[in-house]
Amino acid sequence: MTKKGWDEFEIGAMLRTFNGKIDDIAGTQQQDRDYSQSSSYTASVADWRLIKPIFNKDYCIDCQFCWVYCPDVSIISRDKKLIGVDMDHCKGCGICVEVCPTNPKSLLMFQEQSDEESEIANWPKKDEGEA
Amino acid sequence: MAFDKMELKDIEVWDGNHAAAQALRQCQIDVVAAYPITPSTPIVEGYAKFLADGYVEGEFVMVESEHAAMSGCIGAAAAGGRVATATSSQGLALMSETLYQASGMRLPIVLNLVNRALASPLNVNGDHSDMYMVRDSGWIQLDAFSPQEAYDLNLIAFKVAEDHDVRLPAIVNQDGFMTSHTAQGVSPLSDDVAYGFVGEYKPMNDMLDFEHPVTHGVQTEEDWHFEHKARQHNDLMTKVLPKIQTAFDDFEKLTGRKYNLVEKYDMDDADICVVCMGSSVETAREVATEMRAKGIKAGVVGIRVLRPIPFFEIIDALKDVKAIAALDRSSPNGAAGMLFNELAGALFNTDTKALLSGYVYGLGGRDLTKKHLVDLYTELQANVDAGKVTTKLQQFIGVRGPKLAYL
Repeated sequence: MTKKGWDEFEIGAMLRTFNGKIDDIAGTQQQDRDYSQSSSYTASVADWRLIKPIFNKDYCIDCQFCWVYCPDVSIISRDKKLIGVDMDHCKGCGICVEVCPTNPKSLLMFQEQSDEESEIANWPKKDEGEA
Repeated sequence: MAFDKMELKDIEVWDGNHAAAQALRQCQIDVVAAYPITPSTPIVEGYAKFLADGYVEGEFVMVESEHAAMSGCIGAAAAGGRVATATSSQGLALMSETLYQASGMRLPIVLNLVNRALASPLNVNGDHSDMYMVRDSGWIQLDAFSPQEAYDLNLIAFKVAEDHDVRLPAIVNQDGFMTSHTAQGVSPLSDDVAYGFVGEYKPMNDMLDFEHPVTHGVQTEEDWHFEHKARQHNDLMTKVLPKIQTAFDDFEKLTGRKYNLVEKYDMDDADICVVCMGSSVETAREVATEMRAKGIKAGVVGIRVLRPIPFFEIIDALKDVKAIAALDRSSPNGAAGMLFNELAGALFNTDTKALLSGYVYGLGGRDLTKKHLVDLYTELQANVDAGKVTTKLQQFIGVRGPKLAYL
């Protein structure tokens, strides 16, 4: 994508979220919306994340708590099923892990550089001590 | 339309505040967010009453401070409404942070600034310290010398500020009490003619355009900020004065009342002149006429538009005079007065040999009397006769105690 030039912005440093006119935005899923380059949706704003959530779908009960609580709309849910985390916008706050009610949790925090497949292979077992 | 019109007489007896409130009613302001402060309160009170009585269709937002008042105006203007408010002195000081937001966001808000001294000591009367304080804030600044002009300039301010080539907020100044509370004959336009002059509000980049969502009030750092501020300054310097002149011309065709960027009085053959603002201009005109009767060729220049400064019109007005007095109604607190500096800056690279001296007067509502002006003109004539400034360059007039003079 060609970046807008310094002299192409509109007066007042006003930014448009979408390219052109929008219609039924509430009924259009994020990946199908024509976001402009000035919308943070088209940019990675996650480069200061130090720890990241990894999602293990084997334990997820699709309660949607993580989707409800995520402060950055970074839990991707389709048809009320969690399908992943938007790593371009997740800041690694860990709230999704905190609110996950399953045992073991379906989302856990790991170091940013950790490998998803091996962490899922070594996922903690059910805590039998938990009531 | 869902509001009543008001029958007005050809000449109404209005003070400056009521004249401004009537102009706000006739412009059909969508939102006034305001916090009361003397002497500007009757303007927003007046709008609120017109609203309550069904003469205007809009919203009055009562807020907890002037900072919130201008913030509310900014939000409403960004949403796409025609927006106005009024304040004075300390209120403007509290508002000052948000003034820069409004101009940077290019929102055409009109602020009626009823000029009043800044504390301390606390003082509710008229001087120009508040006007001077925000002169770099990026707002257009117009100055009314009388209630009639406060009315007229409000209509003109909306027309200019809202122009899509301008999109900058505008302040209409009037002197606290001397103009705001002094009832005079004012010739208003009919509601339809006034609204026709200002025109229907044409939104631009408004947040209520749901098909084109926008973000206002963004952050730019060293890679963008300078370009945005440069563009804002460029538009102020190149686009605004021609638009004001056009609005003045259209207004003259409509009403017969002629406004100029710089108001010249008896300047065609003047040897000496006073340059000032506010209600003092009318006093100076009267004294200039009396000086002429004594054979002294006196004139007056009133600054109608303070920002953007009409640099070349000032040069043109002053190029042939021999002595000029710049009258500043605000304590410069450690410098020459603002008008002194503006005039010096405008004239410095010209061929003029005019003698320029500065006067600080009228702080906290102290009267500028005709006697003061007679003495001042006499001093200017003495400068001309001596071929040099015979006094210090900065003198205080009308203050008790030994003569104060600096520079």
